[in-house]
Amino acid sequence: MAEAHESLAEQFDDMPQQLEASTLGMWTFLATEILFFGALFLSYIIYRHTYPEAFAEAGRQVKILHGTVNTALLLTSSLTMSFAIHAAQKGRNRPLLGFLFLTMFLGCCFLAVKGLEYKSDIDEHLVPGAHFAHELPVQGQIFWFLYWLMTGVHSLHLVAGIGVLAVIAWLAWRRRFSERYHNPVIISGLYWHFVDVIWVWLYALFYLINRHA
Amino acid sequence: MNATLPQTNTSEIPAPPRRLLTYFEEGGHTLGSWLLTTDHKRIGILYLYSIVFFFTIAAIAAALMRMELVTPSGDMVTSETYNKLFTIHGATMVWFFLIPSIPSVLGNFVVPLMIGARDLAFPRLNLLSWYLFNLGGLLAIYSIAFGGVDTGWTFYEPYSSAFSNTHVVTMVAGIFIAGFSSILTGLNFIVSIHTLRAPGMTWFKLPLFLWSTYATSIILVLATPVLAMTLVLVAAEKIWGVGIFDPRLGGDPVLFQHMFWFYSHPAVYIMILPGMGVVSEVIPCFSRKPIFGYHFVAFSSVAIALLGFFVWGHHMFVSSQSVYSALVFSMASYLVAVPSAIKVFNWTMTLYRGRIYLDTPMLYALGFIGLFMMGGLTGLFLAALGFNVHVHGTYFVVAHFHYIMVGGMVTGFLAGLHYWWPKITGRLYPESLGRLAALIIFIGFNITFFPQYVVGYLGMPRRYHAYAPEFQLYNVMSSAGASILGVGYLLPLIYLIWSLKHGKKAPPNPWKATGLEWQTPSPPPKHNFAQTPIVTQEPYQYSPEIEEELVHG
Repeated sequence: MAEAHESLAEQFDDMPQQLEASTLGMWTFLATEILFFGALFLSYIIYRHTYPEAFAEAGRQVKILHGTVNTALLLTSSLTMSFAIHAAQKGRNRPLLGFLFLTMFLGCCFLAVKGLEYKSDIDEHLVPGAHFAHELPVQGQIFWFLYWLMTGVHSLHLVAGIGVLAVIAWLAWRRRFSERYHNPVIISGLYWHFVDVIWVWLYALFYLINRHA
Repeated sequence: MNATLPQTNTSEIPAPPRRLLTYFEEGGHTLGSWLLTTDHKRIGILYLYSIVFFFTIAAIAAALMRMELVTPSGDMVTSETYNKLFTIHGATMVWFFLIPSIPSVLGNFVVPLMIGARDLAFPRLNLLSWYLFNLGGLLAIYSIAFGGVDTGWTFYEPYSSAFSNTHVVTMVAGIFIAGFSSILTGLNFIVSIHTLRAPGMTWFKLPLFLWSTYATSIILVLATPVLAMTLVLVAAEKIWGVGIFDPRLGGDPVLFQHMFWFYSHPAVYIMILPGMGVVSEVIPCFSRKPIFGYHFVAFSSVAIALLGFFVWGHHMFVSSQSVYSALVFSMASYLVAVPSAIKVFNWTMTLYRGRIYLDTPMLYALGFIGLFMMGGLTGLFLAALGFNVHVHGTYFVVAHFHYIMVGGMVTGFLAGLHYWWPKITGRLYPESLGRLAALIIFIGFNITFFPQYVVGYLGMPRRYHAYAPEFQLYNVMSSAGASILGVGYLLPLIYLIWSLKHGKKAPPNPWKATGLEWQTPSPPPKHNFAQTPIVTQEPYQYSPEIEEELVHG
């Protein structure tokens, strides 16, 4: 008979059941998130289809260098996150902490690069509204509105992700995880990868798609 | 305290039965014990307080509207005030009463009991969802108290962003936050039903209430985020004056309608599926027969939830939608009638040759079937393109959805509240008053809303505070019915509160019902069951013949 574990919540019978529930919970939450971003992706597709020239012209103002560096940063952070999960599964606390900090650091680098990019976007009047760059077609404002909203919401998710990892790191510091119990690391890893995958789509839709012409 | 391991049986003599503390007693009666509870039963009761509060606000708005509409001229409130009244009524009823009514109150209470679990999978998330709900509600109340909103509950663009000077942003923020409470509740139910079922509780042994709760949860989780993002877009457009629905930039206001109804049509099924679930529990119990066609009833819930995602365009037949997509949406809407009719047919077949007891929950359930059929069949009228164009934006539509939402969902909620009241509180309510209230509500409801079908068909548009004099008779009937309905709703509020102190003590299973929730004391102990139950039987093992013998033999 399985002995009671201090990390086993009272509503569960055993550790596998608890892991199954929290994993399913995170996947269900990610389904919600996909639909949350889905409304924006749908709008993007519809307007890109309606105003292809305006979108292409507005899209050429996007800073490909910042976007590419950020893609590299975020993909690498997913790799370090995987290492962190692996370390947690092996019950190795020091590598776990190290990889968690590396992941958070890469996330912060992403935000810093994004901030620089936003700065130059603002300098070039790429904010929709009265002061929008007047040499661009008026429908270009829709492109830039979606750019700000989608990358902004994505960045907020990343900030949340860094916050979650900070809590996980604190728990790891307190030696709460072991070979037997490390559900929170796995669950937050799922979330981190999701935020990463959303960026891959944003990179394709806002940065790469405008490069062919 | 340390967790005690189950003791090995050393003697044959069973220990004397020790009464477990109920969930009321354990943890105490302090305010903190309620506000910080993670017990699904207590959270269900917290939700009950909240939704009764919001129901009252929305009902007062409705009463004021019905008072205005007694006379054809707009003499009691201005048209602006009237716009605000129906917005308060609609938005509050939909998001702060109907959507959380059965899932968050009754669902929270009975879902873990029905699957034989100690709690939901994520108890703290459950408490968080109640706080989010109230935070959203507070913002909505703020926007009502400081001037109101005049857009209708649909916030159609570009009116809501470019023209309305009312508190759209606060209201929208409130609904956005309450939406996350819906999502967390749905997520909790999905995970609990998947992972916390008691040994032997297979999917096809689940009570049908759980199938409909599961179907509802799918909608909550997948549709609500789209509404949330759509409302963000409206708020962005209102705050910064730029956005993707703005026609001056080449934006399309109809896209807003698409995204709004992509949520709001499935949300209509959030507002009926749980009611169907309650009826599927009540009908077999009070006709003492197993449900007819269990699998069909179960899968029809899932079918309604899934089909519900593909019919949103039928709200937009006159919104410049292409005729081909209108045709497709019209046909898809007809399809929803199939699983709905299966349910009505199976409930009726369950009644057939049953031993029918007309207790209060059963009266509500029977009322549900009739009213839901009226609402559902007129829904088919509205799914027909030609007829829809004729009655679009009239009281015919108002009557249709009130038959579903009030006649269906509120009736279902009252059925469930009465059915599980002894379990929730450990007290019986006065049965004769219960039946009287059920009757008054049924009569009042029909007098209120049936004339609206007629006046809508004759062409009276909705959302006006003044109307042509020839419609007065119908409106007076409606308003008179509304006052009867008001009395009907007041009665349960009074006698249910009265029963808390003065009602007779309820036995564990007052209805002789099957289902795990009845196999534990009323009210249940904190962890629901003294021992984890093991399920061996199909649900609804009632048999009228045996009971006949018990009574007469």
